[in-house]
Amino acid sequence: MRRRPEPVQVVKERRDRALATLVRAVPYLKFLNITFDRRGDELTAILNFKDSIIGNPMLPAIHGGVTAAFLETTAIIELGWQGLWSEIEGGRVDAEALSVETMPRLPKTIDFTVDYLRSGLPRDAYARATVNRSGRRYASVHVEAWQDNRSRLFAQGTGHFLMPSDGGAAE
Amino acid sequence: MSEDRRAQVARQFIESIPHARALGMAFVEIGAGVAELSMPYDVRLIGDPQTGVVHGGAISTLMDTCSGAAVMAHPANPGGTATLDLRIDYMRGATPGQTLVARAECYHITRTVAFVRAVAMDDDRENPVATATGAFTVEPERPGA
Repeated sequence: MRRRPEPVQVVKERRDRALATLVRAVPYLKFLNITFDRRGDELTAILNFKDSIIGNPMLPAIHGGVTAAFLETTAIIELGWQGLWSEIEGGRVDAEALSVETMPRLPKTIDFTVDYLRSGLPRDAYARATVNRSGRRYASVHVEAWQDNRSRLFAQGTGHFLMPSDGGAAE
Repeated sequence: MSEDRRAQVARQFIESIPHARALGMAFVEIGAGVAELSMPYDVRLIGDPQTGVVHGGAISTLMDTCSGAAVMAHPANPGGTATLDLRIDYMRGATPGQTLVARAECYHITRTVAFVRAVAMDDDRENPVATATGAFTVEPERPGA
């Protein structure tokens, strides 16, 4: 007989806790106030606007470097999250016991290319990453970022990442 | 506009950028089509808490800002600039605790596009942390000037 599915709140709480720990492990995300919205395994990164991320005070517009950082962190968290998701859903990692210290290592950026399509307006921005290839050692990720309209991107980026060699705890 | 005046305007513009201030960026040098900017180590910029290494995004920001400054300081640029595209290669993690310095050179400029190379270094100058190449717009007039 099939096991009864877990109550929805238990499942949600476990996944949200794992994601929160993953994000908390990166101080730079807090500095830029980048947060993540989760629907099932799908993540949307949010760059919460504040005056200190302005790069051109005349327009004003979001700093191009912040846009690059936003895209890059979205790609890294997406890769980290996909790994963590399969570990947690497969029962190999206990979300309850996860901490910033025991979090699996995140992938390292090899290169990242940002395409600036229009200037970043002084309001929140959103981004989603697509993992085009994820091998044992390397991954290739594409990220799209928008503000008001999902179909009107203000920036996109592609990067290559080195996957953590042990796939688990610190080296 | 004289070269000194141009460098001064570029310096003032960069120093007025809220995010450059938030990162503690300071000019080391600015001249005809070249710029050097420093950024002190800061625990808020850490990307990997297990090693204390600064996040690549902060290094991208330093190199983007420095590249923009080099374009603004180029004698053939009549006004401001914006990044069209930027590619960053990360060679190694920056040593925790050390100030990062980026040096950018606008090596070619047309009426519409500026091409820039940049390098980011920590104390080990012979062994760069990251390099960048970018294309920037050439704006007809400096905004607000």
